[in-house]
Amino acid sequence: MEHRIGVFVCHCGTNIAGVVDVKRVAEELASYPGVAFSTDYTYMCSDPGQNLVKDAIKEHKLTGVVVSACSPTLHEATFRRAGVGADLNPYMVEIANIREQCSWVHQEDKPRATEKAIKIIKTMIEKVKQDEALEPIAVPVTKRALVVGGGVAGIQAALDIANSGHEVILVEKEASIGGHMAQLSETFPTLDCSQCILTPKMVDAAQHPRIKLMTYCEVGDVAGYVGNFKIKIKKKAAYVNRDVCTGCGLCSEKCPSKTDSEFEEGLATRKAIYTPFPQAVPNKPVLDAEHCLYMQSGKCGICAKICPVDAVDYTQKDEFVDVEVGAIVVATGYDLYPIINIGEYGGGKIKDVVTSLQFERLLSASGPTSGVVRRPSDGEIPKEVVFLTCVGSRDPEHHKAYCSKICCMYLTKHAMLYKHTVHDGQAYLFYMDVRTGGKGYEEFYQRAAEEDDVLYVRGKVSKLYEEDGKVIVWGVDTLTGQKVEIAADMVVLGLAMEPNAQALELAKKLKIQVNEWGFLSEAHPKLRPVESLAPGFYLAGAAQGPKDIPDAVAQASAAASKVASLFAEKEYHREPIIALVDEDECAGCRVCVSVCPYDAAEFDEEKKVAHIQEAICEGCGACIAACPSGSVTQKNLTDDQLFKMVTAALED
Amino acid sequence: MRLKLSAEVIKGDLVERVAELSGQNLSACYQCGRCSAGCPVVEEMDIVPSEVIRLLQLGQVEPVLDSETIWICASCLQCASRCPRGVEFSSICDALRAIVLRKRLSGSVVDADEVTRTMVSDAPQMGVVGALRKLNG
Amino acid sequence: MKIPYYPGCTLHERALDFDKASRECARALDIELEELEIWTCCGAVFPLTTDSVMDILAGVRNLAYASRLGDKVVTLCSFCYNVLKRANKVMRDDPEKREKANLFLKADTDAREGIESYLKEDYTGQVDVLHYIEMLRDVVGFDKIRERTKADLSGLKVAPYYGCMLLRPKKEMEFDDPEQPQIFEDFLEAIGCDVVDFPMKTECCGGFQIVREEDTAVACSQTVVNSASRRGADVIITTCPLCRYNLDELQKKMEKSVTGFRKIPVIYFTQLLGIALGIDEECLDFSDNYVDPRPLLAEKSLV
Repeated sequence: MEHRIGVFVCHCGTNIAGVVDVKRVAEELASYPGVAFSTDYTYMCSDPGQNLVKDAIKEHKLTGVVVSACSPTLHEATFRRAGVGADLNPYMVEIANIREQCSWVHQEDKPRATEKAIKIIKTMIEKVKQDEALEPIAVPVTKRALVVGGGVAGIQAALDIANSGHEVILVEKEASIGGHMAQLSETFPTLDCSQCILTPKMVDAAQHPRIKLMTYCEVGDVAGYVGNFKIKIKKKAAYVNRDVCTGCGLCSEKCPSKTDSEFEEGLATRKAIYTPFPQAVPNKPVLDAEHCLYMQSGKCGICAKICPVDAVDYTQKDEFVDVEVGAIVVATGYDLYPIINIGEYGGGKIKDVVTSLQFERLLSASGPTSGVVRRPSDGEIPKEVVFLTCVGSRDPEHHKAYCSKICCMYLTKHAMLYKHTVHDGQAYLFYMDVRTGGKGYEEFYQRAAEEDDVLYVRGKVSKLYEEDGKVIVWGVDTLTGQKVEIAADMVVLGLAMEPNAQALELAKKLKIQVNEWGFLSEAHPKLRPVESLAPGFYLAGAAQGPKDIPDAVAQASAAASKVASLFAEKEYHREPIIALVDEDECAGCRVCVSVCPYDAAEFDEEKKVAHIQEAICEGCGACIAACPSGSVTQKNLTDDQLFKMVTAALED
Repeated sequence: MRLKLSAEVIKGDLVERVAELSGQNLSACYQCGRCSAGCPVVEEMDIVPSEVIRLLQLGQVEPVLDSETIWICASCLQCASRCPRGVEFSSICDALRAIVLRKRLSGSVVDADEVTRTMVSDAPQMGVVGALRKLNG
Repeated sequence: MKIPYYPGCTLHERALDFDKASRECARALDIELEELEIWTCCGAVFPLTTDSVMDILAGVRNLAYASRLGDKVVTLCSFCYNVLKRANKVMRDDPEKREKANLFLKADTDAREGIESYLKEDYTGQVDVLHYIEMLRDVVGFDKIRERTKADLSGLKVAPYYGCMLLRPKKEMEFDDPEQPQIFEDFLEAIGCDVVDFPMKTECCGGFQIVREEDTAVACSQTVVNSASRRGADVIITTCPLCRYNLDELQKKMEKSVTGFRKIPVIYFTQLLGIALGIDEECLDFSDNYVDPRPLLAEKSLV
């Protein structure tokens, strides 16, 4: 077949043309074998630029197109659509990246940058010559979503998806939904009660006809692909038949065994059979076997005896439920960076040095001190309280390099609320930069300093230690250059936010990417902020990065709308650039099966050859590289194509 | 007093020398002040450690070379140990001392004769040797 | 078992008491500290300037001496340990300085006619620098020490003082957690003492500032001594002769300036180990201590 390829060299303003001699490039390639048309233009992605491509395809009867411009991640789709507009199969349109891979990185050597641009384009011309016209793969979509994590982000995502008419399964590992937001006292910058605004949403989620709430459950094995996930959900043994239980609470009341309450952050106790907090949804207990006298020693059994509906069942085992969904929203949330890592602040050994979540409980009207701020060591009301920002954050040398984003604001809130309950107390807040990037946040900070007399001290505290019932703070005021010492009654640490401990494990199971700190990676930091790179996975809340409640809720709604748009189509169209097995060549060694990260390669027992499941294959190429007989190839990226491309690159 | 800043002032040769000799990236310091907060001898200093680094960031080496601070640092490395940005003030201090001592710019150092006369019989040898090496070049 | 031992200047002069107790304890634990046949001062302070090759030579030379005897060298003084360990790391990790230092060592060897060449081959950091307490933990084992302990030290409240040089910089010393170290606590627990945790155990005693500005050293040491005292310590242990000097000797000044100052003895950790192991009192010399620990030890029936 005669090749009639068009080459379109984009200036990208001066981004490319400032370094690469675009005219020369276009001229030189006009005479390259197979090229029927070659030109340059200021902005190829503009409407006139696209029209230029379309018109040239028609006029010169082009069989393939190479647009020489920016990264294919940006405009490949644009130019493939332009190709379709001129009746050219979209997979006959390729991008030669002469911006990120050439002009931007070779600004010091313009002549050689021009040479390199020519070579990059030649390789893509060689590729297009052997490209086949392909059609996207259509897969059916199961219009049911899984939301993992029942904090405010997960609840919001579940509600929005359900309200758009689709079924949702909301999985939460704890006994109740609500997440950390349920623990908070009041929220900045409006100071509305956290539980008051959250619990209606919790109830909505529980009562929504299209939401199936699965608390005390965990995500197990995950198989399938976008539109067609098959997931095993582990229902952890609660030792309570929660379908029968009426939530009367008698069991907890009579249970003789106590342990630290997770919900109260260790500041109060709970029973071995317990509901985490009074407004829990569902308001039904679970039994913690580790602290249950009966489960540990066979003695007691009071809860089973007393339960009016015989719901307690010590023999219960973990159960597994299979579900099928089309999309997954991951909203696994955050933990506080463990205090044990901060040795210079006592590593958790100083009683009156508390975490921010502990302080939330001390401020909360439903907390262990009924909203009166009392320090843990002796229950006294503290008169000098020091709040520290950036504990573990912004410290690439020892802890986390990133800013945890919300600590400046919640510590400001803490200091303010403390002053509202202890009028004669003094609050100090050590900071490096007070970051108030949110609506009404700066005003809130100003109010804390002006109206509530919170003393903001610019400096990072070096050491905390206990002496004579006080916590001695060794700080600094960098604005005056003086070392500062405070004998505090209590210190509150704004510990770094980190992804929930189990989230990393889950991310591995789901095969979605995380960044170096374990936060879920979005597909594009600006343009695809709520999607994972792996299709079908959507991100919401602090699992993706530190964020406050409004941001988490906004992201959850955004993720929900992405799910809704996926569910709006009958079928999902996948890229056809995937692996293909030559069944005549395949020896059936199954190496491809073992290396495939997506479980797309399978062994056909009848034919004794490998088979790639089209709907699952991501086209990563692992099987192709691993296949000893060379019988797996990538569509539109065959070995022969690669050789031709390399040859073109190496030619003088 | 007005400090006139320019590229020339900020990136002077002497600042570059301090950065090179100390092996520290002065720009990495974000002025949290933790070095000053934890320094055991900061009370004796005329310019606290974080301010020394700030002055260097502003290209102001002379006042730092004239300061008492650089002779007071006991090289206990607490500042370096806790710095969130991995900047070692103790090394910067050694570099500043070295600049003075190698040029003999200042008399503000220990006198070897006096030290050996008064101290050697009493103080541990390591203290005397350490002081002479740190404070007398 | 023989282990090469680098005493350093101070243990041969002002801190003979430390050297003696440490050798005796090792012997009681079936270890013979084999002193390097030739050694010099280590230089006392590790240079923090990047261009200093000369300033690490003394340390490197001693390591090269040590490499003739074995694959490790034990030392006691915190300064020596810090300098040797850091110089060793330079020789392991910095090819340019390693080459230069070896050229110096070679010239040095060539100049010493009549003395057997100590440098058979380039020194590349092949010796492991061990602190005595690490030897107790890793070579002897704290369990064995627990078994060999004869004296009943229960009720003796001991505050372990680490100071600076053992712990910092963490990445190079790799000795213990610089904020919450544990090794001396574990040791004290093994010999049956009551361990007193005190917040100033990793703060500076003032170090060599004693030579230039005594008041600075007094202020630093006072912070440390007071902190141990407030937590109820009977005695402070240390492994650094300069810390011992500052914390102990400077109490002379502290008691003058502070009314009601409670003096507290400061002894070397191997002296306490010696007591635990029931070593002959003659080997445990406390005559140099300003605050005499003997009344306390007698009160506890330990001497």
